[in-house]
Amino acid sequence: MGKLIGWIDDRFPLMKMWNEYLAEYYVPRNFNFWYFFGSLALLVLMIQIVSGIFLAMHYKPDSGLAFDSVEYIMRDVPYGWLIRYIHSTGATAFFVVIYLHMLRGLMYGSYQKPRELIWLFGMFIYLCLMAEAFMGYLLPWGQMSYWGAQVITSLFGAIPVIGDDLTLWIRGDFLVSDATLNRFFSLHVIALPLVLVFLVVAHILALHEVGSNNPDGVEIRKDKDEKGIPLDGIPFHPYYTVKDFFGVVVFLYFFSIVLFFFPDGGGYLLENANLNPSDPLMTPGHITPAWYFTPFYSILRAVPDKLLGIGAMGAAIVLLFFMPWIDRCKVRSIRYRSNVYKINLVVFTVSIVALGWLAMQHVNTKVTILSQIFTLLYFSFFIVLFITSKNEVTRPIPDRVTE
Amino acid sequence: MKKQILILLFVLPITQFAYGGVQIVHAPIDSADMDSVKRGAKYFVEYCFGCHSAKYMRFNRIGRDTGMSDAELRENLIFTKNAKGEPSKLGALMTTAMSDDYARQAFGIVAPDLTHVARTGGVDWLYTYMKSFYADPNRPTGVNNAMYRNVRMPHVLAPLQGVQKAVNKTVERRGIKIEVINHLELEQPGSMDEEEYDAFITDLVNFMVYLSEPVQNERKNLGWKVMIYLTILLVFAYLLKNEYWKDVH
Repeated sequence: MGKLIGWIDDRFPLMKMWNEYLAEYYVPRNFNFWYFFGSLALLVLMIQIVSGIFLAMHYKPDSGLAFDSVEYIMRDVPYGWLIRYIHSTGATAFFVVIYLHMLRGLMYGSYQKPRELIWLFGMFIYLCLMAEAFMGYLLPWGQMSYWGAQVITSLFGAIPVIGDDLTLWIRGDFLVSDATLNRFFSLHVIALPLVLVFLVVAHILALHEVGSNNPDGVEIRKDKDEKGIPLDGIPFHPYYTVKDFFGVVVFLYFFSIVLFFFPDGGGYLLENANLNPSDPLMTPGHITPAWYFTPFYSILRAVPDKLLGIGAMGAAIVLLFFMPWIDRCKVRSIRYRSNVYKINLVVFTVSIVALGWLAMQHVNTKVTILSQIFTLLYFSFFIVLFITSKNEVTRPIPDRVTE
Repeated sequence: MKKQILILLFVLPITQFAYGGVQIVHAPIDSADMDSVKRGAKYFVEYCFGCHSAKYMRFNRIGRDTGMSDAELRENLIFTKNAKGEPSKLGALMTTAMSDDYARQAFGIVAPDLTHVARTGGVDWLYTYMKSFYADPNRPTGVNNAMYRNVRMPHVLAPLQGVQKAVNKTVERRGIKIEVINHLELEQPGSMDEEEYDAFITDLVNFMVYLSEPVQNERKNLGWKVMIYLTILLVFAYLLKNEYWKDVH
């Protein structure tokens, strides 16, 4: 074994990479529950790629065959149902994990200097993931797939001057059709996964360059022993590989409960209406996006003007990119920040959940007014943060990590 | 139940408001009861399959899941012929013998495929629907349905259930007095009493629930095994983590 590794090492930096990224990559020893979601996101990405490869072996990206081929996977392909449910549950799991991962970043200021690029790469991953999920959702070619895509692509039509042509260019037809299905399939299985993997690599490279943040927001690389090893650092392998493995099993526990017992999530993960094949001549009475898009959909609905609504929806995402510069506080962790920041973050989180819930309700005056209030609260997070963070009264930060 | 009502509110709003008197009843189904599914399959082929397809389902899948032999399938379920005029193959998809053209001439519409109806329509709705036909001389089929106004489907189960009549009441909506159905009453009995008929449609709905996702029982069975495996793995993963982390804390 040693000989083989030696032979490889003479030709390829195998042990060098192993040491650099795992065995001698020093990580703060005080990671808590919130730090599971990074490795879990990587796991879900793997799950989606592998299950997706097997789905693509049986799926037919053709408007006449797509719906039937999904039923063929569900009924005739051996364990096809399992592969498809893994993929559909995986999509939801991906967003759950990513949202918690992002919230972790907000709580512990993981986007602050010098980790701005990690945050930016992460935001691009999120953006890419949304596109990936949206295009994947069209593929089963049911009523919700079809009309969801019809609604979202039509949003581009609101852009002045170029809107109509842009929509036509995206769809490849005057309405969502076979051409749209084919290009979405191509983007879903080739283009976006490639970009996603590339961004994940960049995300991790940037992370390893500056080192991981931690719940105390203390820089562990400033206190090193004589060998240059951070005093509060422990090697990622074996400590965090075994800890993350435990996290993986807990995650799989929840994942399997959904997968085997509630694969349609009560109609929220796989909508019953999507079991009707797509029909361009029949608009369903109630079109809702998948749950992970609902907060932004609510913002869109809250603004009375279509173009302004799209602008607000876009801004809701774009603003997140600028977090490293909106937050001007020098203290990272919520543990040592002011109550203003704590309340602000809680209000922000509650607003997102509320907006998500509101998007699934039928529009009436009450829903619209509530959506408008929570939309304002969503945006107020960034404004309040920008104003208050510069001279924020913080608690003293410890020299070393606690715990 | 609540979910199904919500779906109905979205799918059939008009029906709901015009016929407020007839409530959706809870269907006493158990899709793990394979004997019931087996009976339901037989009823489905006898009463529904003449006009409706279940085109994503194969005959021998029912055989495999309910424990029917090929001979039993031929005897009980397969009465259709393929394009060459031979009896349908055991592995054939369950497409109705009625052509689309004929269906359009007879009913003005092609009867919807029923593969997923238990999920798209809702189990309780489906169950109540089959109990809610009533005589209506204004309809070409002579019947109407309290769950689906002006449905084009004739009451094919009338010889079993009998014929019901609607008893109306007057209600006021936004200052306008309108007649709505209060309840349905059996006017002319069929070959079954109410209990027998309920058992009959329970079997039928059980089959349709199975039909909408034939793998559901296998899925749950596999799920329990996976959960047991993960529980054991969880213990070991936890112990392994503690073993390594002893020297950190």
